[in-house]
Amino acid sequence: MATNREKLLRVEDLVLHFRTTVGTVQAVDGINFDLDYNRAVVILGESGCGKSSLAKAILRLLPRNVGAYSGKVYLGGSDVMALSDEEFRQNVRWVGISMVPQAAMNSLNPVIRVGDQVAEPAIIHMGVKKDEALKLARQMFEHVGVPDDFLVRYPFELSGGMRQRAAIAMALVTAPNLIILDEPTSALDLLTQANIFNVLKRIKKELGTSFILITHDISTSSELADEVAVMYAGQIVETGEAKDFFPAPLHPYAQMLMASVPRLRSDQDPEFITGQPPSLINLPPSCRFAPRCPKRHDKCEQDPPIIEKDGRKVKCWLYA
Amino acid sequence: MAESDIQVKEQRVGIDGRPVLLRIENLRVWFELRRFGFGIAGHVRAVDGVSFDLHKGEAVAVVGESGCGKSSLMRTILGLYLPTEGYVEFDGQKISEMGRRGLRWYRSQVGYVQQDPYGALPPFMSVQRILDEPLIINGVSNKEERAARIRKVLEEVKMHPVEDFLPKFPHMLSGGQQQRVVIARAMIMEPKLIVADEPVSMLDASVRVEILKLLRGLQESHNLSFIYITHDLSTVKYFSERIFVMYAGNLVEKGPIGSILKNPLHPYTFALMAATSDPDARNAETYKEVPPGEPPSLVKPPAGCRFHPRCARMIAGKCDVEIPPEFEPEPNHQVQCWLYQ
Repeated sequence: MATNREKLLRVEDLVLHFRTTVGTVQAVDGINFDLDYNRAVVILGESGCGKSSLAKAILRLLPRNVGAYSGKVYLGGSDVMALSDEEFRQNVRWVGISMVPQAAMNSLNPVIRVGDQVAEPAIIHMGVKKDEALKLARQMFEHVGVPDDFLVRYPFELSGGMRQRAAIAMALVTAPNLIILDEPTSALDLLTQANIFNVLKRIKKELGTSFILITHDISTSSELADEVAVMYAGQIVETGEAKDFFPAPLHPYAQMLMASVPRLRSDQDPEFITGQPPSLINLPPSCRFAPRCPKRHDKCEQDPPIIEKDGRKVKCWLYA
Repeated sequence: MAESDIQVKEQRVGIDGRPVLLRIENLRVWFELRRFGFGIAGHVRAVDGVSFDLHKGEAVAVVGESGCGKSSLMRTILGLYLPTEGYVEFDGQKISEMGRRGLRWYRSQVGYVQQDPYGALPPFMSVQRILDEPLIINGVSNKEERAARIRKVLEEVKMHPVEDFLPKFPHMLSGGQQQRVVIARAMIMEPKLIVADEPVSMLDASVRVEILKLLRGLQESHNLSFIYITHDLSTVKYFSERIFVMYAGNLVEKGPIGSILKNPLHPYTFALMAATSDPDARNAETYKEVPPGEPPSLVKPPAGCRFHPRCARMIAGKCDVEIPPEFEPEPNHQVQCWLYQ
């Protein structure tokens, strides 16, 4: 327990359900994972598996139709779930954890200069003066590789890649220990994408920031990952070190997901996963992947426990 | 159509004995930039001197980043834009000279698979009506025949059981199923050519391969010609026989898939391949080599080779002055780069 306390982030039994007219959507359903300082974890999963909801649950960015929201989130040892909304806003958001939301480059304010937007979180959350904040913004632009005369430009004057870098600079300006990236490169071109990952790697090395990278793109996720967590139907089904996971995933879903990746440098024919992910309403008590799983057996009727194997965790009866 | 039958005689034959279905010759598609009031401020040279032959039953991939002109090229092939210069010839007939009736026939011969299946399907029409419409427009008046063809095409795109899907509306289908309907719609007139614009980029990783394999299967079983437009190099080899790499309005490299992937000649192709990741934990330890800068403006493209401002192997006094012609350092593998002079 003592070592766990020192971790940057520890998530225990995090639950986030949404109420809808057709039933309860179990978007995040008992998530456990931890992340150390200066590490990057990739959360992999198909659309609709709850990975963006997990990011929202960690940052407490909740819509109105929340059904259940419980669990514990420790940031640097202190339980941030116990904080009131106002304390959370002042002490956690931006200061402790910042986020680059999906399609961040399109969510910049079109009528405010990019530099002012990047400086704003520093003014609000760190209480610094505007010229001080602009100086910080200038530094962050340097880190992400945007020329600093772009500070006085408007978003429409910047290309997609440059705007995405500006969004990352904004997440960095308050010097948080953890940045959550939700599909940071999915709308970008190949070369720009490679560039952004170079930027993220450099930030990780130079500033010691930790990352939670949420993506469905397995190939590019390997550019940043120290650890991998695979999500399926609201639950994490496998976690492990990237160097163990990428060559040989354990969970049948993770194995099939890896086999479905087209590769440039191998002649292996990609396979596909038959069937569809379950709806997150009225989930069965069985293993949630069982209906699509080629290796299912009688035991899969019950919810599998999380099993530790060589320092990796997998939620599958095959390893019991 | 009688018109096309006459043309068949003068059809050209390709390198491997297959007849040429689509020929594009020195195609330029420029868009005018108007100045306020009147006058022309310049042109966006979206497609600037593209030539290639596509043979019957051949699948090619056009690879390039956004803004390189690949969508303009595709739209010109579909007959939606008119060429500024050069021509598109289908079955020996220039599409700009086809006339209204000829164009209607041409459009039934060319299927189009859009990038975003949800945006491409009308939300107020059922699957049945979506597939019925092209048949009605093309004069299939017999209702039973239409129903039979819809059933056949839905079976071909593996939407079983067909009855379950016919009354459904697009929002009731998953992304993969929507894309199958789009493919069925493209296939229903039994075209000779399919143009697919990033057909899997909006789909989930696990569904992508399924759709690619479906398209590949249809291409082989119907002996279709196929133009696959993408920015993702890792999917092209499962799909096409030749690759065309497009940069700033030009096809900078053309060649068989094997020789391009093993031995990319153009520095831009090389950069694209270097930027493509395979899932490998070692990726996290190294930085990727990315050419500096961004694709050039198509209004005032750089003089000489359009890639020279970003190219690490630029020959000063050559690449920035003269436009490189097409060299053929390997058989059937062409490249527009002075390095291969």
